[in-house]
Amino acid sequence: MKRLLLAALLTLSTPVMAVQPDEVLDDQVLETRARDISKGLRCPVCQNENIDDSNSAISRELRLLVRDRLIEGDTNEEVVDFIVARYGEYVLLEPTKDGFNMILWVAPLGMLILALGAGFATVRRKGTASSDALTDAEKARLEEIMKS
Amino acid sequence: MITELGHFALILGFGIAIIQMVIPMIGAQKGWRNWMAVADPAATSQLILVGFSFAALTYAFVTSDFSLKLVTMNSHSDKPMLYKVSGVWGNHEGSMLLWLLILTLFGACASWFGGNLPDTLKARVLAVQSTISVAFYAFIIFTSNPFLRLQVPPFNGQDLNPLLQDPGLAFHPPFLYLGYVGLSMAFSFAVAALIEGRVDAAWARWVRPWTLAAWIFLTIGIGLGSWWAYYELGWGGFWFWDPVENASFMPWLLAAALLHSAIVTEKRESLKSWTILLSILAFGFSLLGTFLVRSGVITSVHAFANDPERGVFILAILFVFVGGALTLFSFRAGSLEAKGVFSLVSRESALVLNNILLAVSAFVVFVGTLWPLVAEMTTGRTLSVGAPFFNAAFTPFFVALAVILPPGAVLAWKRGSVAKAMKPMWAVLILAVALGGLAFAVQTGNSAMGPIGVILGAWVVFGAMMDLWQRAGNASVADRLRRIRNLPRADWGKFTAHSGLGITMFAIATLMAWQQEDIRTLNVGESFTIDKWELTLDAVDRVEGPNFLSQMGTFTVKENGEFLTTLHPEKRFYQVAAMPTTEAGIRNGVFEDIYVVIGDPQDDGGWAVRTYIKPFANWIWAGSLLMALGGAISLSDRRLRVAAGGAKSKAKANMVAAE
Repeated sequence: MKRLLLAALLTLSTPVMAVQPDEVLDDQVLETRARDISKGLRCPVCQNENIDDSNSAISRELRLLVRDRLIEGDTNEEVVDFIVARYGEYVLLEPTKDGFNMILWVAPLGMLILALGAGFATVRRKGTASSDALTDAEKARLEEIMKS
Repeated sequence: MITELGHFALILGFGIAIIQMVIPMIGAQKGWRNWMAVADPAATSQLILVGFSFAALTYAFVTSDFSLKLVTMNSHSDKPMLYKVSGVWGNHEGSMLLWLLILTLFGACASWFGGNLPDTLKARVLAVQSTISVAFYAFIIFTSNPFLRLQVPPFNGQDLNPLLQDPGLAFHPPFLYLGYVGLSMAFSFAVAALIEGRVDAAWARWVRPWTLAAWIFLTIGIGLGSWWAYYELGWGGFWFWDPVENASFMPWLLAAALLHSAIVTEKRESLKSWTILLSILAFGFSLLGTFLVRSGVITSVHAFANDPERGVFILAILFVFVGGALTLFSFRAGSLEAKGVFSLVSRESALVLNNILLAVSAFVVFVGTLWPLVAEMTTGRTLSVGAPFFNAAFTPFFVALAVILPPGAVLAWKRGSVAKAMKPMWAVLILAVALGGLAFAVQTGNSAMGPIGVILGAWVVFGAMMDLWQRAGNASVADRLRRIRNLPRADWGKFTAHSGLGITMFAIATLMAWQQEDIRTLNVGESFTIDKWELTLDAVDRVEGPNFLSQMGTFTVKENGEFLTTLHPEKRFYQVAAMPTTEAGIRNGVFEDIYVVIGDPQDDGGWAVRTYIKPFANWIWAGSLLMALGGAISLSDRRLRVAAGGAKSKAKANMVAAE
């Protein structure tokens, strides 16, 4: 009885595993493309998992959907657009580079340039301060000493 | 009864913290010794009281006292003892109590080991530290009380989240918190110095050991978390750029920057205001991390809106402390005049570049983590920022860091020459590129990531060795080796930590580039081959654990036809929490891990089986461990042993007084 219960528990309640053997396409090239696309799509019900790694049922459906579209002859972009049209921008793990999002993509480089500029300015200031050249007052005093 | 005593001790500690926050600060201002002296016994008694409070909560968990709401929600009488104890901090309330315990521990340590600090500085440091404590006492007592009782205790508890029932994760939070909270010391020192209006080499020497200790703990904590993800989540990922991970990674990056800038402040009395600013920001990011994780704002804005009390409280703490410190900074930064001067090409400049790269990379993580929130609040778009963004935007900074590290680490102080620094490094560079070329030749496919990882790793590791070799000066090999052995611990720490960084970078790049994967259906008795290994599924058994049921596969692994090992991947089901988990079967090897996961039974009678070959996986954590070890070696250096330098300066001060 216990065994039966256990068997029931294990089969009924466990969600399916990420990428099942029966999902894998025979066509190696298409399968590789499917895996690439899956890694960039977010599982809609999980915490920060892509559908390729996720165990959830909806991720399995999305993986199958991606493969169906690929078999239909869609390009990678078309497949992604197809899914975004149905599930929203939320599923894109790599945010788009349009409009407001441009700030996000430009921020790292912008910040680096700013920081480098500030750093360079600081270092330069230290550099001039460290110059061994004499100040005008010192030069005058030196001349005085040399003359006497 | 013990529970109520724990609760009472916590409230008593709150009272003492308020006294320690006010009295020594006034004493330091007025120069009243007896008022300043209040700080020491107060700091020690806070630790004792919070320690007792924590022990009382632990006792409730260990004895499965289900009259406590927290125990009922997070424990179960069948749970193994280790997880009963780790259950104390496996929940919000308990983890905040742990946070407070560590905060008071650091406060007490500052009191015990700060004997050589000037009296006023010490009093102010302890007062500021206690101010942070006060905020967290209030947070716990008013919003997250762990000592609440249930009117009707149930017969048993609801168990801890099964994913957390794991040795790796049991010790992950304490280490992480030691790191997070350890940065509070740097913060307290910075604020105290700003109030004091004095930052000098001695100050930097006092701050560095605390920052170093915090950074070591953060390194270990992050390493443990990533190792746990690797073996527990079932596909061998080790870093996901999850907001919760990022929350701990940002303080780590800033602490690393702070360690390096404090060196410049200590040795050259330069970059003072930047070091102070970093001290404030590093702890600010610890608080931000706590806010992100504890308020649930990142999982969903709605989760935050539904229960905003705690989130708003931490946000207020964050604003008061960071805002207050930054305001103080803006008033006082101008008075921190720098003494040391240096030219454009110098060790100081190299460390400035190191700080720029680390700080900007932390900023990238910050922007990426908060962007979904910003986008939703400003444009209403719900979007995600995931691994692809971080991989693209963050990686270049660490590549640049690795490129400049070896020559930067040997540049002369004050005024250096790139040609001179590069002279010993050309050989290292040639070796690294040769190894990269070799990797490119033997790998299958044309990926650049693996070879680049090899080049960078070799460049950093062999560069660190060359640095040590150069330090020994010109002499016979035997003499050099003897001199290297006698180099100060700080040099050995630098070598070890930098090597660790190189090894981790190498391992991450090669693992990502050269991983192999196999997915198939397998019947019991069947075999398959992946690379040079043959795996046979011998059996699938049902096994009963203490609080779970398991479906356990038995695999025989042969390497080139010879028996290598037996693996037992499991699929577990925790009945009480009604949650399944996967336990991968992993053969840890020096050059690669064999990683097997068993899945569901298939319709045709077989089992779904996923197998990975993960090259150099263990090197990721070996490298992290080396980084932490390097920090520990450096921490044990005479120069940083607080008493060593202090005793001398005290003696000197006495002599001056005597004259």
